[in-house]
Amino acid sequence: MRKLLILVGILLFIHVTLLFVRPPGAAEEPEGEAVDVGIVFDVGGRGDKSFNDGAYLGADRAVETLDARVRFIEPGEGSDREAGLRLLAAEGMDLVAGIGFIFTDDLRELATEYPSIAFAGVDYAVQVGDDGKIIPPPANLAALKFREEEGSFLAGALAVLAGGSKRLGFVGGMDIPLIHKFEAGYRAGVKHVCPDCTVIAQYAGVTPEAFRNPGKGKELALSQYQSGVNVIFHASGSTGLGVFEAARQLGKLVIGVDADQQSEAPGHVLTSMVKGVDAVTYDAIKRVKEGTFKGGVYSYGLAEGGVGYIYDEHNKRLIPDAVRARVEQLKLDIIAGRITVPSTR
Amino acid sequence: MSSATEVASPESVSPVRAGRWRTRVEEAILPPLIALLIALVAGDILILSFGQSPGSVYRMLLEGTWGNAYGFGQVIFKATTLIFTGLAVSLGLRAGLFNIGAEGQLAAGGFAAALAGLLLPGATPTLIAVPLAVLAAALAGGAVGWVPGVLKARFGAHEVIVTIMLNFIVLALLNYVVAAHLHVSETLHTPEMRAGAVPRFSSFLEAFHGSAANITFLFALVLAGIVAWFLFRTRGGYDLRATGLQPDAAEYGGIRVGGVWIRTLALSGALAGLGGINYVLGYKHYYEEGFGAGAGFLGIAVALVGRNHPVGVVLAALFFATLSQGGLAIHALVPKQMVEVLQGLVILAVAAAVPEVRRVLRMRPGIAAA
Amino acid sequence: MNDPKAPMILMRRIEKSFGPVRANRNASLEVCAGEIHALVGENGAGKSTLMRILAGLYKPDAGIVEVNGQNVAGWSTADAIAANVGMVHQHFMLVPTLTVTENVVLGREPKRGLAIDMARALLEVQELAQQFGLDIDARSCVRDLSVGVSQRVEILKTLFRGARILILDEPTAVLSPPEIQELWKVLRRLRDGGGTIILITHKLDEVMEVSDQITVMRHGETTSRMKTSETTPAEIARAMVGRDVVLESIAPTPPAGELGTAAPRAPLLEVQNLVVAGPNRSRAVDGVTFSIHPGEILGIAGVEGNGQTELIEALAGLRSVSSGTIILGSRDVTLTSVRERSAAGLAHIPEDRQRRGLVLDYSVGDNLILGDQHEFTRGAQLDRQRIASNANTKIQHFDVRPADSMLPVRALSGGNQQKVVIAREMSGGFSVLLASQPTRGVDVGAIEFIHAQLREARTQDKAVLLVSAELSEILALSDRVAVMYGGRIVSIVPRADASKEFLGPLMTGASAA
Repeated sequence: MRKLLILVGILLFIHVTLLFVRPPGAAEEPEGEAVDVGIVFDVGGRGDKSFNDGAYLGADRAVETLDARVRFIEPGEGSDREAGLRLLAAEGMDLVAGIGFIFTDDLRELATEYPSIAFAGVDYAVQVGDDGKIIPPPANLAALKFREEEGSFLAGALAVLAGGSKRLGFVGGMDIPLIHKFEAGYRAGVKHVCPDCTVIAQYAGVTPEAFRNPGKGKELALSQYQSGVNVIFHASGSTGLGVFEAARQLGKLVIGVDADQQSEAPGHVLTSMVKGVDAVTYDAIKRVKEGTFKGGVYSYGLAEGGVGYIYDEHNKRLIPDAVRARVEQLKLDIIAGRITVPSTR
Repeated sequence: MSSATEVASPESVSPVRAGRWRTRVEEAILPPLIALLIALVAGDILILSFGQSPGSVYRMLLEGTWGNAYGFGQVIFKATTLIFTGLAVSLGLRAGLFNIGAEGQLAAGGFAAALAGLLLPGATPTLIAVPLAVLAAALAGGAVGWVPGVLKARFGAHEVIVTIMLNFIVLALLNYVVAAHLHVSETLHTPEMRAGAVPRFSSFLEAFHGSAANITFLFALVLAGIVAWFLFRTRGGYDLRATGLQPDAAEYGGIRVGGVWIRTLALSGALAGLGGINYVLGYKHYYEEGFGAGAGFLGIAVALVGRNHPVGVVLAALFFATLSQGGLAIHALVPKQMVEVLQGLVILAVAAAVPEVRRVLRMRPGIAAA
Repeated sequence: MNDPKAPMILMRRIEKSFGPVRANRNASLEVCAGEIHALVGENGAGKSTLMRILAGLYKPDAGIVEVNGQNVAGWSTADAIAANVGMVHQHFMLVPTLTVTENVVLGREPKRGLAIDMARALLEVQELAQQFGLDIDARSCVRDLSVGVSQRVEILKTLFRGARILILDEPTAVLSPPEIQELWKVLRRLRDGGGTIILITHKLDEVMEVSDQITVMRHGETTSRMKTSETTPAEIARAMVGRDVVLESIAPTPPAGELGTAAPRAPLLEVQNLVVAGPNRSRAVDGVTFSIHPGEILGIAGVEGNGQTELIEALAGLRSVSSGTIILGSRDVTLTSVRERSAAGLAHIPEDRQRRGLVLDYSVGDNLILGDQHEFTRGAQLDRQRIASNANTKIQHFDVRPADSMLPVRALSGGNQQKVVIAREMSGGFSVLLASQPTRGVDVGAIEFIHAQLREARTQDKAVLLVSAELSEILALSDRVAVMYGGRIVSIVPRADASKEFLGPLMTGASAA
């Protein structure tokens, strides 16, 4: 026992000594008039190569060009989401953003509680009242939503025109309305350019696990490819990695999602339907800095550059110029309202 | 509890007893304390390697937790769930059963409470709605716990395997039901319950504003008292502990060991299931996929560090809740992964110093009486 | 080894405490090469602790330990084995799921390449067993072995490691008389081959029979040292207990009661054609029939592992019965629970008190209600007051020491632990008592007491079924003696016809005349 007590003493001494060590460059209190931005990530967190990383990129750009100061929090699950937002709000940030629909309730509550702080929610789920009308979010809360169906529409058209098969494939992640938007747009795009084409749409599952199941993705993709499909559009998170692998294996094509996924299967990525989370995040920060921030529902589609498709040196040879011209025309038609894209199946 | 047991000679009874008490306290406190200090020193070095001052990080951690009412409230909120799951695991361990299924039982309890709140008419008085929702949570968790108990008693299936597998089954099933039938559009949670919500502390004390701490915490404390009473004062507890310590002796003493297993795992599941009401009745008022956030698994650490004693469980739950909330508070200075490493270090160090853990890990050499 | 007079093992002023308990104080030991040295003392005298220090299991707090002239105090078990010192433990340290061979070679398996050469291991183990006359099937699984055979595996294991200074901790506690004789042969053969043996025991007849030198310990101290040929059992007993002991109680004397007086009354326990399954679809108890009348002690003699354990457990309700009937009084209890049998008047002193009979971490008071816990309640709560007064009465009446009902039973000596079991089982209103190895690992004083209790039960017209590995105990107490071999009762004879000479062959399987 005596030896143990001495050990306690020694350890305590070391610990207390270390407490007073202050390495150079340790955090100092921030100064100056810059915009303070707090961002709370979704469970996936940084490094997901799509959603959260998009927000990070946008914020990073804001740090460089707008002189913003950004703090990130990656919470665990459950109550930490609210706690993270609350922590940032309590510190008097100018803008607090939650990345992902999961923050919807917490953002609404905090926006009401802190009316002087700007809040932004990417993929914020706007509530619909009993009368079918949407309930607007609080005045200091911007609901940043994307019209994924518009980008998906172009992806569908491109898949038909460049794919050379009347059968088209779609692999979704979790079977939820958010992903149904991708499918609906894609289906509409296919049917628009080729009314007798068929779309095979499958989902990896009904739980969030469906976004993290590459094995299932590969299984679905292989069966679709073998049934005569040449192009698959996936909207399935990392489940899509299995789709890419199937495409490489069988020499078929894939359309990526959210970010440019060219690098996942070089030569097999027809294009990617990109979602401009970075642009939208940057835009929100910029507006706060300029004092033009306003709450409400913001919807980003092709017109606003919120969604789009990739056309660059990597996939140029997969997309003939005539096809490219046709798709660009469709894009103009959508922006001009000549084509309405459905957002539900 | 003592590691080496020898014969006490008759003439030295009183000094033996006094010394034993002191020895036991020292044995109980010193090893975890040393482990904690080792973890802290390792943490210091880790923090320094990130170019931060350990002093300011720990200060921030304390300020963000026990330093203000909001932080304290968050600690209490997180501790509440952990008390339930910790009690659940420790009750099982007292009977020699390792319930790894608290995570699934917690989810089942939360879901049942939310469902009860949804099914009840909105005008149901709180005094009826809350007990019904609480009962639903206990029954659902208890049912999930009962299954491995029966499988063990009847077919000899090991409860560790069964409870682990049940976690997958229960969570997948609940997720399916919520995602396919019960969720609010564009979310992963059920609609808000119509009745059965319990008040937060902030509705009595403005200082707690914003924190999710609610009166479920008081319920958890009362329950810890009841569990202690049950374990140490009742015949059921006598039978349960005897079964855990020496099943052969329990059987000899006329205790139906299989029955104790079934009852204990069902009770353990019910305790874990009750943990769901903290989040559902006290905080969000709906069931949300993944609300447990690992509290069921952390309950194992809480039970072990709390040395399977209800008082220890409450203290350990507060400790782990402080780490969790504190981790969020120091997020600005150190990356998330680092916070997790620090938490892991503390859990590992403290847990390894607890004799019960070593016994579970079979690291303890068998020392027989001379 | 050079000078035959110099002690090979020298331990001096050894101190060792466990928390507040001083297990050894000023203990010493001198053992010369090539002798069988008996280390005697009551349970809890510190013999095992002293030997664990020698074997490298414990570090002494103070004192000198010399082996072959070198100070080795605080060495490790590995060091000890390297110096050919090995200990055979009282509590087996075997892996139940492995075979005998695997257990014996564990840690030093013969290898072929990277793989264990099991064929060679088996051969080596069989040879070693034969060399030392240990009868063991090297292929069987330790889980399926009786305690007696497990003991032999332990000895074999130690020998396999090259130990030639062999410490045996109460080795005969689990052996039958022929086995004991076999063991003595083994030990003498070892000694004559240059080996040195330290025998921890508290049985005086063993000491007298096999040892060359004797060291006596009491309360952690070495009290005297003597040469076997120059001392008497009474002298050793005095040194052990510190007072004069009446030794007759352990000597085989014919019982007081006469069989004739008991016979006409209806039996209290009747067992008919009892069959209990053993491992591997065998029958551990194979059609056993007997009855016990009021005021009668039926002793079951036999080598351990011949179905006695299973028989007792089946009678107690701890093991299910394949066929046959058990009638307690006038009631068929074959299918009833432990508690129902207890309520019907069955008491049971189990053979393994530390595993079955007591919850070691429970207090003495709590252990004194085990089995009757449902009677000590007030509502759902345990009635602490009644538990305490029950404990105090029984502690006093059965002289449990220390007389502290709050002390965990684990902290009691073996004899006092057994007294707790006996106090609990024998103070209720029982009619039939199953007493299995009631004096195993118990010191002389306690044996005296336990035997008196069993005789007292007979006088009160109870029926007692006594199972003991010690033939002398069976002969000292029983009115009739049954011999069990291979799961069957091969013979039941009145005490008057039972002699060691008659029973010995039956116990080893020779058919009854």
